[in-house]
Amino acid sequence: MRYFLASKGFWLVLGAPLYYVLYQIGQVLWVRPGALGPDPAQALVTLLGEIALWMLILVLSVTPLRKVFQLLRLHGQRRAMGIACFGYALLHWLAYAALLLEWQWATLGDDLLKRPYISAGFLAGLILLAMAATSNDWSTRRLSRRWRQLHRWGYLAAALVILHVFWIARSNFFEIVIYALIVAGLLVVRWPWFIQKIKMIKDV
Amino acid sequence: MKTQPTKLTEAAVTPEAVYLNRRQYLKASALGLGAAAFSGASQAADDGQLSDPAPLWMKTQLNESTASPFSTNEALTPYEYVTGYNNFYEFGTDKSDPEKYGQGFEPHPWSVMVSGAAEKTGTFDLEDVLKGLSVEERIYRLRCVEAWSMVIPWLGVPLSSILARYRPLSRAKYVVFETVYRPEQMPGQRAFFNAIDYPYVEVLRIDEAMHPLTLMAVGVYGRSLPNQNGAPLRLVVPWKYGFKSIKSIQKISFVEQRPKTTWERANPREYGFFANVNPKVSHPRWSQAEERRLPGSLFSANRIPTKMFNGYANEVASLYQGLDLSVYY
Ligand code: HEM
Repeated sequence: MRYFLASKGFWLVLGAPLYYVLYQIGQVLWVRPGALGPDPAQALVTLLGEIALWMLILVLSVTPLRKVFQLLRLHGQRRAMGIACFGYALLHWLAYAALLLEWQWATLGDDLLKRPYISAGFLAGLILLAMAATSNDWSTRRLSRRWRQLHRWGYLAAALVILHVFWIARSNFFEIVIYALIVAGLLVVRWPWFIQKIKMIKDV
Repeated sequence: MKTQPTKLTEAAVTPEAVYLNRRQYLKASALGLGAAAFSGASQAADDGQLSDPAPLWMKTQLNESTASPFSTNEALTPYEYVTGYNNFYEFGTDKSDPEKYGQGFEPHPWSVMVSGAAEKTGTFDLEDVLKGLSVEERIYRLRCVEAWSMVIPWLGVPLSSILARYRPLSRAKYVVFETVYRPEQMPGQRAFFNAIDYPYVEVLRIDEAMHPLTLMAVGVYGRSLPNQNGAPLRLVVPWKYGFKSIKSIQKISFVEQRPKTTWERANPREYGFFANVNPKVSHPRWSQAEERRLPGSLFSANRIPTKMFNGYANEVASLYQGLDLSVYY
């Protein structure tokens, strides 16, 4: 198990949602056209968005997990997780642009400027892009301190995504409150103050 | 007519199975699909999924329905989606929730409370509310505020013929409708973090309510309304966004001054009182210029331009003469 968490095989885990999405698409295309309901494009956008959000939560939880539980193995997978998160966010955007809007550039632009929830999602996506693009040894060395600064923007991305989803919700705020609490929790446990406390409790 | 259903038993020949078979067959043969689509419909009938739990008087009344000139001849949205993809938050906020969690709801016996500025008020059995009125089949477009639409074969009576029975007074300016409040049978009414208050309330201006297009539906696809579609009695106002077409109506009252509707209270910027379908007034979060006519396929969302008043402008535009529709949306 420990070995697996640190191995290349971890991509199987990160890819699992993708296999599920591909399975659903296969169902719709060849087995049961109604597998994703009567509005499959919309269903796919939502599904990919949710996967991207879960990936983001996963990456954000690596450092807290390490600090609190000394789970070191997972730490080496941060880069892979981050890239996977960006990949799903990209697929989410592609599904929206290609399937939902059918590449109507005017509507794409309109949405981006006039719909705050789209603007928030888009900004989050740009941050994820910048982080994914610099997730390689060369960039890490080249940017060194600036790299760490850049990757702190991940918190902002998380906040923007929460805002994105919050603005979409129409009535049932239960899910979004849970997501917001998880993200807030993950940020809080990174606070040096909080880590100190944990250490003290452990040392007793 | 080269294929025959193989397994249709006598018991399975319910009005809706017949309806589906006929429709499916026509559509299937148009698409050259014949047997496949056809056996799907008879399969559903075999499974007994379509047996109609409505009381006998209602089934009889539905059976005698007549076609309406107001019907569109656009392709129908399949039964599976009309009854499986619903916004009925009383049963949950996912589109598939109403079908899943609506099954425990008991629409019979049912009575309707009529109150306010009318000569005749009180509580009336549904049977008496509908007695003697002839049911029409009306195939209407339904445009959801979320920018998707369906084409649905409703069965119902003009709302005006029901309202006339209670003889509204001339000072009645609005008609208020209220959905039943039964948290024990409607899980959505028990949910935490709800942005909307129950019971659900909708309001029409009296001239909108008396308009010949406004339908009080009691059935769909040749059968009584399934719970997830608002059994046993719901409004259908085809030129307005779907949320105006309030479901499972238990109270009707005639008033001089209108109360706020449920969605107006929840979010007045996004959901206006009139809620007329209007491609030029966008929802704050998305454009209303187009809609996805369901079902769409993965690689073609079936986007079509949205029409003013959902294509019923000839009939209803005069109701709103002189009203600035970008202000009164
Ligand atoms: C790149 C720009 C983005 C665009 C244009 C975009 C657009 C959308 C759209 C159109 C929806 C469906 C809204 C609806 O249900 O009506 C959606 C939902 C969603 N998006 Fe995004 N999004 C973007 C970025 C992101 C990112 C970066 C994430 C997460 C990492 C994300 C997470 C979600 C989630 C979780 C949902 C589902 C919300 C729900 O209905 O429960 N989005 N997005």
